[in-house]
Amino acid sequence: MNEEELIREIVALRKTLREKKDTLRRLQRDKHVVQECGLTNEEIGRYSRQILVPEIGVKGQLKLKKSSVLIVGAGGLGCPAALYLVGAGIGHIGIIDYDEVEINNLHRQLLHSEESIRVSKVVSATAALTRLNSSVNITPYKMQLDSSNALGIVKQYDVILDATDNVATRYLLNDACVLTGKPLVSGSALKFEGQLTVYNYRGPCYRCVFPTPPPPETVTNCGDGGVLGAAVGTIGVLQALEAMKIILEMSGVLAGRLLLFDGTETLFRNVKLRPKNQNCLICGDNSTIDKLIDYEEFCRAKANDKNPGLKLLKESERLSVKEYHKFADSSATSHVLIDVRSHEEFEICKLPNSINVPFTQISKPNGHALVEQVIRSMRNGDTRIDVIVICRRGNDSQKAVKILKGLINDEAVNIRDVIGGIHAWAKNVDPTFPIY
Amino acid sequence: MTSGYKDLSITVEFRGGAELLFEKKKNELNLPGDEEWTLRRLLFWIRDNLLKDRPELFLLGDTVRPGILVLVNDEDWELLGQGEYKLKPRDTVLFISTLHGG
Ligand SMILES: [Zn+2]
Repeated sequence: MNEEELIREIVALRKTLREKKDTLRRLQRDKHVVQECGLTNEEIGRYSRQILVPEIGVKGQLKLKKSSVLIVGAGGLGCPAALYLVGAGIGHIGIIDYDEVEINNLHRQLLHSEESIRVSKVVSATAALTRLNSSVNITPYKMQLDSSNALGIVKQYDVILDATDNVATRYLLNDACVLTGKPLVSGSALKFEGQLTVYNYRGPCYRCVFPTPPPPETVTNCGDGGVLGAAVGTIGVLQALEAMKIILEMSGVLAGRLLLFDGTETLFRNVKLRPKNQNCLICGDNSTIDKLIDYEEFCRAKANDKNPGLKLLKESERLSVKEYHKFADSSATSHVLIDVRSHEEFEICKLPNSINVPFTQISKPNGHALVEQVIRSMRNGDTRIDVIVICRRGNDSQKAVKILKGLINDEAVNIRDVIGGIHAWAKNVDPTFPIY
Repeated sequence: MTSGYKDLSITVEFRGGAELLFEKKKNELNLPGDEEWTLRRLLFWIRDNLLKDRPELFLLGDTVRPGILVLVNDEDWELLGQGEYKLKPRDTVLFISTLHGG
């Protein structure tokens, strides 16, 4: 039996197993005994350890059962948040995500597993959550949340979790929550750090605190900056906690305050935010925004965390990976290969004879001096020399070429970049090269 | 010194990625007591003395760029009069860049 046949057979067997389990569950549910308090014997056993907590009790458990929570993003925040909400017995959970599971998600998005690679995240998450607690009603939405669909979905839920990874969706969700009157539990994380607060709940909304979106060049995503599973997971778990406190109508909800978590020092810091702004464009007394707008335009950034392909250079300033491969092999002229990725990325993999000058260093005196020194050492007097710049995907390399051309004023130095960077090299030249 | 101000010892911290623009996350500063220190004056002092490069990633006009929160003793500077706030000895000023990943 070959690999593909075996995979097909496993998929078919899983489907049969799922169907049989569903049938069994239905049969068992019919036999449930409901006690006078309103909970079934199964629920009493299952949730007993939290029902015993005075803040919850039977009343609280019934509130959780009757409530609904929408989780936007089935990633590093959404996975742990969903896990704890489903474990606690929230009646209805909605999960929105347009994306599929990739292998680089699995270190932090722990609802997904190796067998769900290339499967839709919401399908994978629903399957994992149903395995944990089949009595919770889970609605998966495989879609990009946008101005046309957000209000219709958001209004069906009691509490909304912002577990997204980009600025445009954060403004969209905020506005949708203000317009429908829903509390928004907002989490975010990067590297070892996390931030958490509750908007539009007896306090400011996101726009009250951040009326203007940040300049796009100041925003770092997880794919570039990196993120630790346990750090982002800490914030995701706390989002579940805040959502439950809102449902239970408890007083200590993190509204008007911002929690700052720094995992490098295990430091939790709670800071006091400004109150609701009377002049806020969406939640203020004379709000001017009464429907959702174009948030990608407002933020000048795409509503995802993927890197767009830049086009800064002319065709003559660029080499394809195949052209570079040939060019490096022919070795008729000497050339310098500058890799502008971070030191961490350079450590993962590199092309032979490449020199690492991170993009953040290129325009600084040190980085610039290093490049000039390398050029000098590779060059015989004033002869022509080729400088080739490479990065991960071919974006930073173009910016670096622009910067270097401005700094090195020498016609005999021919500076170009490699289209598609290391990724294209792995795809089209050396299939043994890693992709990250 | 003829002014009536003493030198001012404060702590300035950068977090949430804002520290990448500076040498250190935490800075113990002793500012000259030549005149009164407001938060606005501190912003420019930081730009001129602590910032490594690219001031546009920290300041926009005469305030911090969108996406940076300023907190004094863990309180939003909006509650304290923003740039007009007069710094006191042992104040902790925290600059937080907001995160968006998840
Ligand atoms: Zn507002």
